[in-house]
Amino acid sequence: MGAAVAALMMAAPAVAGAADDLKLPRQKVELVAPPLVHAHEQATKAGPKIVEFKLTIEEKEVVIDPAGTKFHAMTFGGSMPGPMMVVHEGDYMELTLVNPATNSMPHNIDLHSATGALGGGALTHVNPGEQVVLRWKATRPGVFVYHCAPEGMIPWHVVSGMHGTVMVLPRDGLKDAEGKTLRYDKIYYIGENDLYVPKDANGKYKTYETVGESYADTTEVMRKLIPTHVVFNGKVGSLTGKNAMTAKVGETVMLVHSQANRDTRPHLIGGHGDYVWEAGKFNNPPQKDLETWFIRGGSAGAALYTFREPGVYAYVNHNLIEAVELGASAHIKVEGKWNDDLMKQITPPGPIPPEKVGALAPDTVTR
Amino acid sequence: MLVLMKVKMAMLAGALAAPVLATTFAPAPPSDNDGALRLSSTSFLYRAAGDFSRDGRPVEGPLRHFRLSSDLLVMKRQVTVGEYARCVDEGACPRIAATAGSPDLPVVGVSWHDATAYAAWLSRKTGITYRLPTDEEWTFAAAEKARDEIMPLVDPSDPAQAWIARYEAESARDRPTAITAQPGGTFGTNSLGLDDLAGNVWEWTSSCFLRVSLDGGREQVTNTNCGVRVVEGAHRSYMTDFIRDPRSGGCAAGVPPANLGFRLVAEPSRSVATSVVRNVTNLLRRT
Repeated sequence: MGAAVAALMMAAPAVAGAADDLKLPRQKVELVAPPLVHAHEQATKAGPKIVEFKLTIEEKEVVIDPAGTKFHAMTFGGSMPGPMMVVHEGDYMELTLVNPATNSMPHNIDLHSATGALGGGALTHVNPGEQVVLRWKATRPGVFVYHCAPEGMIPWHVVSGMHGTVMVLPRDGLKDAEGKTLRYDKIYYIGENDLYVPKDANGKYKTYETVGESYADTTEVMRKLIPTHVVFNGKVGSLTGKNAMTAKVGETVMLVHSQANRDTRPHLIGGHGDYVWEAGKFNNPPQKDLETWFIRGGSAGAALYTFREPGVYAYVNHNLIEAVELGASAHIKVEGKWNDDLMKQITPPGPIPPEKVGALAPDTVTR
Repeated sequence: MLVLMKVKMAMLAGALAAPVLATTFAPAPPSDNDGALRLSSTSFLYRAAGDFSRDGRPVEGPLRHFRLSSDLLVMKRQVTVGEYARCVDEGACPRIAATAGSPDLPVVGVSWHDATAYAAWLSRKTGITYRLPTDEEWTFAAAEKARDEIMPLVDPSDPAQAWIARYEAESARDRPTAITAQPGGTFGTNSLGLDDLAGNVWEWTSSCFLRVSLDGGREQVTNTNCGVRVVEGAHRSYMTDFIRDPRSGGCAAGVPPANLGFRLVAEPSRSVATSVVRNVTNLLRRT
């Protein structure tokens, strides 16, 4: 056996042999935490390949609001939601799912973008101290949710943070209804979490030593279907202030929004969705000029918007109670030159001129 | 050379602070740690609060030398949970969620009305007139802890630049990692001997929101809204008087105060005459 062969074996994945049956080029991708998305081509001239990803499951305590409320999260890769994984239609994803021995529970992964075996859920059960490698073919372009789905505890794992998104891009890129190419200068991934934190008799959020101890109480709250927190990317304020997303006037931004459990309705305050794949599947033409778009629970959607005015935009779940009271608000800071044609304050706030008060005499008001 | 200058500055600051610290207000209010300090009136820089405009464009409020008309008697610490709870127990203050917390913590989650009710109750109990400070008084008492919120010069025809500048300034500010109220003294003592100014509890003032036109070099108040009061802390903010929890989100793209609390000033500490007259007039007009 020559040195070259030995080197090849070294580079091969842990379950070598079966994995090399495709004889396709391989690409290894380092994942990044949301709202960022790993570098990728929007369209590709290359042929199908095997794209390797590694997701390490992390059970950990996190803080989910400014009051310091502690929460036992279960995560893919340490973030809520887990990182977005991007491939092209016809590619194969080879996913290594690692459940370190430091975790307390078995986990698996159901990829809505994959076909068969409960989205891979039936083939990926890993106990603490185990890992599994799953390969699946990306046959449908779109943004798709992935989530943990262990028997008997599926909703709890999902609302504890175990969900993310796969984006399968058409090989020749995104298109509008007329077949014209659509591109983005920037992409952000917003994952919405509905969280159910138990309270004690005094109405204070309860804390638990371990994730297991929180299970029974959390399930009680979940069964009432009213979340205590509805947040983007794991906590109140994860995408505001210093963490606000950024863009420039003239830049086209792709906003991917997922909700693995519950319906939501993103809205860009002061902007629009120029092109929106509300159901997130790119073989359907995007809708144009939307004000608010609907993301069905258990799905992801995508919106393209070219910013036309500078300023601080709010991107919210337009159930405004969930946005303001429960936390589902993000900010996008947009630099650039103000366009008076699109908006101009003609008269700043000031006293009501007397003649205009007169013009609104009660008898002239039609009821 | 630079070091020497710093030492000189420190000595100067110490000399100024010493006489101010000397007098502790005699009939102490009912607690150990809310003793009031008498601050000798000196000139200080004050940037007027409110929305100012010139020729229809937003501008910063004018910065002036200011002097309170008499000494200021002001609580060393913010009013605590325990102190506020006594007012609640006597039926004079609205019951609020925070009164369940540790009695020594600053009381937070109070509206302007709650704070005003407490001042009225404490005045009845002690026979001394307590009230919320005006914004000018707060700024004087805060001394070096008062931050001047001057924004970078921006193109006045582009409103977005001002929004972004303000947003960035608010976001960049060092924020205490603790969001919940912390024990008195956590955020330090200022040069005048007052504790926890500009920490994570913003303090209500009696100053109303003003809209002021500076057109033609003349200062003219075009609108006074006493349903919105100035709150002071790590940054100045304007808050509707019945708000107890200053959260933001949704359309509000700013950075809100973390908590709302208060400290009181005691008469006789005639404040800037104009300011008192203005606030009293506004109060009367409102009722």
